[in-house]
Amino acid sequence: MSSRANNRREGAVQSTTSFSDRYKSWLQHHRLSAADSLSRVIDNPLSSLMTWLVVGIALALPVGLSVALDNAREVSSRLDSTARLSLFMADKTTAGDAAAYADALAERDDIADVVFLSRDDALTEFSQLSGFSDVLDSLDDNPLPHVILVEPASTDADDIAVLQAQVQADAQVAQAVLDMAWLQRLNRLMELSRRLVQALGALLLLGVVLILGNTIRLAIENRRDEIVITKLIGASNGFVRRPFLYTGLWFGVGGGVIAALLVAIALWFVDGPVQALASSYGSDFQLGGLGLMNSLNLVFFGGLLGLAGAWLAVSRHLGDIEPR
Amino acid sequence: MIEFERVSKRYAEGHDALREVSVTIEKDDMVFLTGHSGAGKSTLMRLIMLMERPTRGRVSVDGVDLSRVGRARIPAHRRNIGVVFQNHQLLFDRPVFDNVALPLLIAGYDHREVGRRVRASLDKVGLLSKERAMPITLSGGEQQRVGIARAVVGRPKILLADEPTGNLDPALSAEIMALFEAFNQVGVTVLIASHDLALISRLHHRILTLREGQLVGGEGH
Ligand SMILES: Nc1ncnc2c1ncn2[C@@H]1O[C@H](COP(=O)(O)OP(=O)(O)OP(=O)(O)O)[C@@H](O)[C@H]1O
Ligand SMILES: [Mg+2]
Repeated sequence: MSSRANNRREGAVQSTTSFSDRYKSWLQHHRLSAADSLSRVIDNPLSSLMTWLVVGIALALPVGLSVALDNAREVSSRLDSTARLSLFMADKTTAGDAAAYADALAERDDIADVVFLSRDDALTEFSQLSGFSDVLDSLDDNPLPHVILVEPASTDADDIAVLQAQVQADAQVAQAVLDMAWLQRLNRLMELSRRLVQALGALLLLGVVLILGNTIRLAIENRRDEIVITKLIGASNGFVRRPFLYTGLWFGVGGGVIAALLVAIALWFVDGPVQALASSYGSDFQLGGLGLMNSLNLVFFGGLLGLAGAWLAVSRHLGDIEPR
Repeated sequence: MIEFERVSKRYAEGHDALREVSVTIEKDDMVFLTGHSGAGKSTLMRLIMLMERPTRGRVSVDGVDLSRVGRARIPAHRRNIGVVFQNHQLLFDRPVFDNVALPLLIAGYDHREVGRRVRASLDKVGLLSKERAMPITLSGGEQQRVGIARAVVGRPKILLADEPTGNLDPALSAEIMALFEAFNQVGVTVLIASHDLALISRLHHRILTLREGQLVGGEGH
């Protein structure tokens, strides 16, 4: 190019530059736009920090909640999820009848395991576990019935319900309780929470895009004269758009970093109490965090949202700015 | 190079800024455009660089009918034209160097080439020492010269200048006109709008005169 620098026709060179030159200059302008946008963002630390915080908080909320849900699921998966029927014998059933009934149950194909717990055994176990031994000792009568713990052979909920109905119908049995129920309820609750978090997340993401879109709209408005001038000199829409897309990217990336930090800080904040709680249950449960990969994903995702917001603003407002 | 065929321009307010203007400006020509304030000089230039479209008639530049240049191709069209604006149109938050470099950046020149050309261009308008200055710290005449440096830095085929000497003293005005003549000498088609009849009549170039949107002198060829 420089060998022809003195050629008066060089004005026409633009249209004949090779593809690799065009690619190089395109890359160069990307670098320039990225650096220029970043320095503009950093030159206004206070307002940029505000934007970063808003984006960060909006991202950290759903992400933090879903990390909490992941941990809850981890806890619930450690719970013994084998369905068990507790058969409480009728008062008039004697220990002998109950034991015989238990033996009969053990013969059945649809039952994997049977444990018979006489009312005396039950009382002993209960007083040991509950710490209410003094209270129980002071009682004249043992209030507990005989209990038979039944582990169904099938894990299918319908099969278990059929079995439950059958044993419930037997005269010896006062009540057949499915121990699974509370776990299922917990799981359903967690599923519901997950849906709610997803809905909240979707709303907040939309909010982030709109907030960033508005921030970029203001940036465009502030640089209106500059846009008009560059368009007059022959800048393409892509050229004019580029710095604003980068501005959106930087706001989004910064917001993602803040979000990752907020989630990490929140986890660190609750980690002590959670550890104490877990060890009091004799559990070695460890609170799971975002991890490096997911934190990076969050930053990346923030950048994508920033680009989306910037794109929204740029496509809505840049076209309106034409030289007059 | 630039051809107007019975071109009329009526602004939305119903004001006829140009009426039936027909004129041909040959390649390598240097032409002055004069007329009272509001006669339509700036409008004529705006049509050439597609800031406006004519209401009637046809404008062609370098053999291309501008009515065929769609929105997407306007930037490429403008990159072939250097413009000195009546009101400078500088970026006031960027130093002089960056202002002059802008057309090269848009055209995608390598940054070393940009530095070399910008300095050469600033040197021509006598502002080499001001390359780091912010435009706001410059006098009106200096700002005008920054605008000229920016218009010529990309070595356009066509140079349009709207009142380029409006803020300059006579000596500097003559110097700037000599500069435009030098560009014209190396093959740039130059069109200059100016009120300064005394100056332009001394220069022996073709003079187009507009009166209330109509060409009253120098028309045709
Ligand atoms: N954007 C616009 N909308 C409506 N009317 C306009 C517009 N631009 C210019 N005009 C009108 O068109 C006429 C020609 O304007 P133009 O700017 O071309 O004049 P000019 O010859 O450049 O004047 P000056 O020497 O003062 O710069 C004027 O009467 C002006 O009021
Ligand atoms: Mg004018």
